[in-house]
Amino acid sequence: MKTEFTQAELEQLEARFQARIDAEEKIEPKDWMPAGYRKNLVRQISQHAHSEVIGMQPEGNWITRAPSLHRKCVLLAKVQDEGGHGLYLYSATETLGVSREELIEALHEGVAKYASIFNYPALTWADIGAIGWLVDGAAIVNQVSLQRTSYGPYARGMVRICKEESFHQRQGYHIMMTLARGTAEQKAMAQDALDRFWWPSLMMFGPHDAESAHSAQSMKWKIKRQTNDELRQKYVDQSVRQAEVIGLTIPDPALKWNEARGHYDFGEIDWDEFNRVINGNGMCNRQRVAHHIKAHEDGAWVRDAIAAYESKKSRRAGAAAAQGEMSCQTI
Amino acid sequence: MSDHMKLFEVFIRSRRGLDHKHVGSLHAEDAQQALEYARDVYTRRSEGVSIWVVNSSDIVASQEGDCESFYDPLDDKPYRHATHYQLPEEVNNM
Ligand SMILES: [Fe+2]
Ligand SMILES: [Fe+2]
Ligand SMILES: [Fe+2]
Repeated sequence: MKTEFTQAELEQLEARFQARIDAEEKIEPKDWMPAGYRKNLVRQISQHAHSEVIGMQPEGNWITRAPSLHRKCVLLAKVQDEGGHGLYLYSATETLGVSREELIEALHEGVAKYASIFNYPALTWADIGAIGWLVDGAAIVNQVSLQRTSYGPYARGMVRICKEESFHQRQGYHIMMTLARGTAEQKAMAQDALDRFWWPSLMMFGPHDAESAHSAQSMKWKIKRQTNDELRQKYVDQSVRQAEVIGLTIPDPALKWNEARGHYDFGEIDWDEFNRVINGNGMCNRQRVAHHIKAHEDGAWVRDAIAAYESKKSRRAGAAAAQGEMSCQTI
Repeated sequence: MSDHMKLFEVFIRSRRGLDHKHVGSLHAEDAQQALEYARDVYTRRSEGVSIWVVNSSDIVASQEGDCESFYDPLDDKPYRHATHYQLPEEVNNM
């Protein structure tokens, strides 16, 4: 494929690319795309992949302590799904010409980000309920929208992931519902988890549209299909009733139905906290990355063994080929 | 003829944004020829916008007979499905 273009050619390619996007057509890996589009996608999809994988930590932490065998099976299945989601997304990123190794390195060096929510600890069993209900719930709102993203492999990955996500939120809500209908102590535990996870869940949608660094360009390229604020509003609107039904209270005194807007009004996010966590100083940032590095290093022997096996195989194949040549010569 | 013409499997993307789907196979001398044959044989009614051809011998497939050991353990995991969780009517669209 041709890689050097004149300015005029480049403009023509860009115009054709944007026309394709405007016509709601997907972009596929072998298509020409602007360098910025590719870079933006690598950043967003790899960040999404890292979130799936880092997100396994707070929940994985509770697998051995789940209160029943059934809840343990469910949590194990969910965490397993998240690992699979990481795989789909890393693979989608690799279609853009980066390697998995580079992406993992960027995560370990703190260059690549992941969803800030996973820097909050899961302190009680109710937190596992809150994570499924609220965190997966917020992720689903985002991912449903991304099913229409302009990059084909990402869009198809989202369709697959959304299908698998469907039980994640419901199992979390089911945990919350069970606790909320339990003893006063259990209900208090559920409320406490909601209190701690509500605001960080709203932060998952990112900064306000006006402040979002990548938003405008991402919308034009249809990498994103709805803005941060639109998605956040949708999430708040659906969550209010869900909390009411199980008798829990969303910790926001400003939360109020706005008849004129047809939406709930809600309070302002603590952006200082948001920035603190995003910039590496949340409760668990260091622990999350350190744990990932340790798991990666502990697994080095597996990668070494694969490499050793590969070189042994190719040595043997080489030797066999040489043997074949020798016997030909003697004939 | 098939003694020296390799078999290729053909996959077609019918529309941008969709997966390539297996449509059939054909014999060809090499990948380039397989691509041209695939165009002639499988896309005469503009069935596709993109074609993949893969050497049939490069495909590793599980056998239906392996089904039990491959998939059986999944039958007792109904909790992987959304319908397993009974929620109140008002929030059941979750
Ligand atoms: Fe996920
Ligand atoms: Fe999930
Ligand atoms: Fe996710």
